[in-house]
Amino acid sequence: MSDTILEMRDITKTFPGVRALHNVNFTVERGEIHCLVGENGAGKSTLMKVLSGVYPYGDYEGEILYNGEAQRFHSIADSEAKGIAIIYQELALIPELSIYENIYFGHEIMNAGGRTVNWNATIVRAREMLDKVGLNVDPSMKVKNLGVGEQQLVEIAKALSKDVKLLILDEPTASLNESDSQNLLELLRGLRKQGVTSIMISHKLREILAIADTITVLRDGATICSLDTHAEPVTEPEIIRNMVGRDLGNIYPPREKKPAGEVAFEIRNWTMRDPLTGRELLHNVNLNVRRGEIVGLQGLMGAGRTELALSVFGNPTGYVVTSGEVWMDGKKQHFKSPKDAIRAGLAYVSEDRKGNGLVLIQDIKYNISLANLEELTHGLVINENEEIREAGKLRDSINIKTPSIAQKVVNLSGGNQQKVQIAKWLFARPRVLILDEPTRGIDVGAKYEIYTIMNRLVEEGMSIIMISSELPEVLGMSDRLYVMSAGTITGELSAEDATEQKVMAMAVQS
Amino acid sequence: MKGKEQTGAKKPGIVRESAALLKNNIRDYMMYIALVVIMAFFTIMTHGGFIQARNISNLINQAGYVAVLAIGMTLILILKHIDLSVGYVAGFSGAVAAILLTKYSLNVWLSILLVLLLGLAIGFYQGTLVTRVKVPAFVTTLAGMFIFRGLLNLTLQETGTIIIPDATFNALSNGFIPDLPGVSAGVHVLTLLIGAVAIVLMVFSMVRDRRNKQKYSFPVTSMPVFLIRLVFIAAIIAAIVWLLAAYAGLPWTAVIVAAVLFIYNFMLNKTRLGRYIYGIGGNDQAAELSGVNVRKVTLFAFCSMSVLASLAGVLYTSRLQSATPTAGLGFELDAIASSYIGGTAVSGGVGKVTNTIIGALVIMSLTNGMNLMGVDISYQYIVKGIIFIIAVAFDVTTRMKKG
Repeated sequence: MSDTILEMRDITKTFPGVRALHNVNFTVERGEIHCLVGENGAGKSTLMKVLSGVYPYGDYEGEILYNGEAQRFHSIADSEAKGIAIIYQELALIPELSIYENIYFGHEIMNAGGRTVNWNATIVRAREMLDKVGLNVDPSMKVKNLGVGEQQLVEIAKALSKDVKLLILDEPTASLNESDSQNLLELLRGLRKQGVTSIMISHKLREILAIADTITVLRDGATICSLDTHAEPVTEPEIIRNMVGRDLGNIYPPREKKPAGEVAFEIRNWTMRDPLTGRELLHNVNLNVRRGEIVGLQGLMGAGRTELALSVFGNPTGYVVTSGEVWMDGKKQHFKSPKDAIRAGLAYVSEDRKGNGLVLIQDIKYNISLANLEELTHGLVINENEEIREAGKLRDSINIKTPSIAQKVVNLSGGNQQKVQIAKWLFARPRVLILDEPTRGIDVGAKYEIYTIMNRLVEEGMSIIMISSELPEVLGMSDRLYVMSAGTITGELSAEDATEQKVMAMAVQS
Repeated sequence: MKGKEQTGAKKPGIVRESAALLKNNIRDYMMYIALVVIMAFFTIMTHGGFIQARNISNLINQAGYVAVLAIGMTLILILKHIDLSVGYVAGFSGAVAAILLTKYSLNVWLSILLVLLLGLAIGFYQGTLVTRVKVPAFVTTLAGMFIFRGLLNLTLQETGTIIIPDATFNALSNGFIPDLPGVSAGVHVLTLLIGAVAIVLMVFSMVRDRRNKQKYSFPVTSMPVFLIRLVFIAAIIAAIVWLLAAYAGLPWTAVIVAAVLFIYNFMLNKTRLGRYIYGIGGNDQAAELSGVNVRKVTLFAFCSMSVLASLAGVLYTSRLQSATPTAGLGFELDAIASSYIGGTAVSGGVGKVTNTIIGALVIMSLTNGMNLMGVDISYQYIVKGIIFIIAVAFDVTTRMKKG
């Protein structure tokens, strides 16, 4: 069976002060789907950057054998020339250009003479590439008008157009909804049949188990094991054990279920319109959460969950709420801006911590105090000692791993950034907390910690609305859950009644 | 002394720590190094003329209006906006002040107040365009450049250049603070006193700041390095004060700039408004979701900018003792360059008004020194442009390395 396309031998890569990879060995067979898993910071992305030439030859120790030959990649262009393509988590498409322009960007099809671009041929060929990835749209559409899942497919089409032999995908499904994820996995299976080898980095173990031929686990910059899924069945707990080096036991920490209190927060008949297109984004949404309750809000990408959260949180979106009421503790509220919502005791932890959650270039204490400086201000002046004390307390209570709260947030890991975001909103003293994708892109250990914090908060009487695309997470954490699809609530389930099948059925309903 | 002190108080330790400190804060120190090098260069080239008390005094009077503009510009640049109109807003304001003083014979203070209100109105107009109508600041203020240049010419159309006869007004950028009554020591005693108080306050605040950091186990520099810095800064203040005291004392311009600097430094570092400005510059969406009224804060910054531009116009007019139709030409370039040389990040979110003042001193030392040397104005522009671009390129590359 052994037909090795890639062998990376004893790869060691050090950054100033940190050894990111230590004698990593990594072997990929031709035509397989090879999944690379590990906690954040385990070295997966670093390893792939070594492979693709982002860290040029000489920057690391060790050997790369590709098709049996030793390779010295000095740049991405070198590895691409050999048929290796890498698709990053953050998409690298140009939104204002069309699909076909994007696919052939950098390797344009030229007219005879080679001086001008042959756009007709480009469009025809782009069409073929889109067929290969099963995307049925007009190639002259602008990329910005595509959904995230479709953009991902365009990225893959772009890789295919370069005649890719080895495709590397860095968390391709992280920002995709369930059905787009399934499409993508199906596409990878199709490519496998055509002889394309794929390496996929992912945190989603269910997906990995569904698709992988081989699973390699990295931990702390070293290879822990390589599991052949065809030789013997691999289980989720087994992978997790290898990732964290310990048995997590239960992925979701247990919580003593108490009878829920009175309704703390309620949305009634909420309808919202996009004034530019006239499209209704939310239609007659009704939802409530009680004291001490975690309510899940599940739905596919584009179902309108984030739009709903933002629109009730003082609506900084530019969309128009045409009807609806927000009630808190039995009182009707009118939030004209996020400030009003925060004052009333509502907090929104953004799904996009880098984009609109945190001020990355500022330090931890700055970010923690930002939403509630009123509490620290006496007269005109901010009491910085008090700020340091409060930020320090929150750092300890939710275990942000940092030597100092004067550390810039940009230097923290994803999990710790997320904790800073949560600390920030806890400092705003909310009674109702909306968590939008609270565990996206963070490692298993940090996820567990965040679940534990959520449990503690509701035990203290807070109400939490958790928006999440990860079905197991919503099922594991919620007391009750709503399912959204195409801007409406398509179902409400109690924790006991909810199953993956039921939820999925409601999520695809329209 | 409790708390964490970086170990190594022995000699090689100091050297190593100083080197590390220099390396890590190269951006901040570079500005001081540049200023010292420029001053030394001109001192040598003018055979000591540059560093003479009379010239330093002059330099401060000349730098006043640029410093005031640069302070306001720092806020705008932190917010990732720009204001190109400041030069002609200053010019126009100066002309209006001259008209009020001469044609309407208004009281000096009332005239200045009216001019500052005019600045407020201009800032409100431009700020509203930027925050409500969402016209980019570059476009809004480029249009402002046209408009206020036109208004400046219109204001002075009948009279041409207006000579201002008012001694009080002209003293703002030419006069010095009075000495204590009944003292004649050959030096300006009040200036020395103010200098002494300034040094004591500076030492006190630096020591308190360090103590505070130690209390919370934040990293601090070791004692020797701290002392070296303290002595260095104190020596610079002492030297300048001594020079000024030996000449005619502290210029009124310095007092005005110091007051503006103090207010803006306080606002940026100690108040919520300051926090919000840095927050919006760092990530406006995150700031908005944190309950910050981004529009209001941005509008404030534009209002403050135009008020300061009017103040700069008053200072400049006072300096020339006249209002001329060419006043304001290129002010915005000096102000923006000062702020960037002072370390304001091109990508926004970072900047200090105290460093901006150093930037303004760099720019005005260049102007003053080259004037003393008799360098042609064309070359002056080129030299300033080169220094400006080196400063920003240096800034961008050092920030990139830090990641």
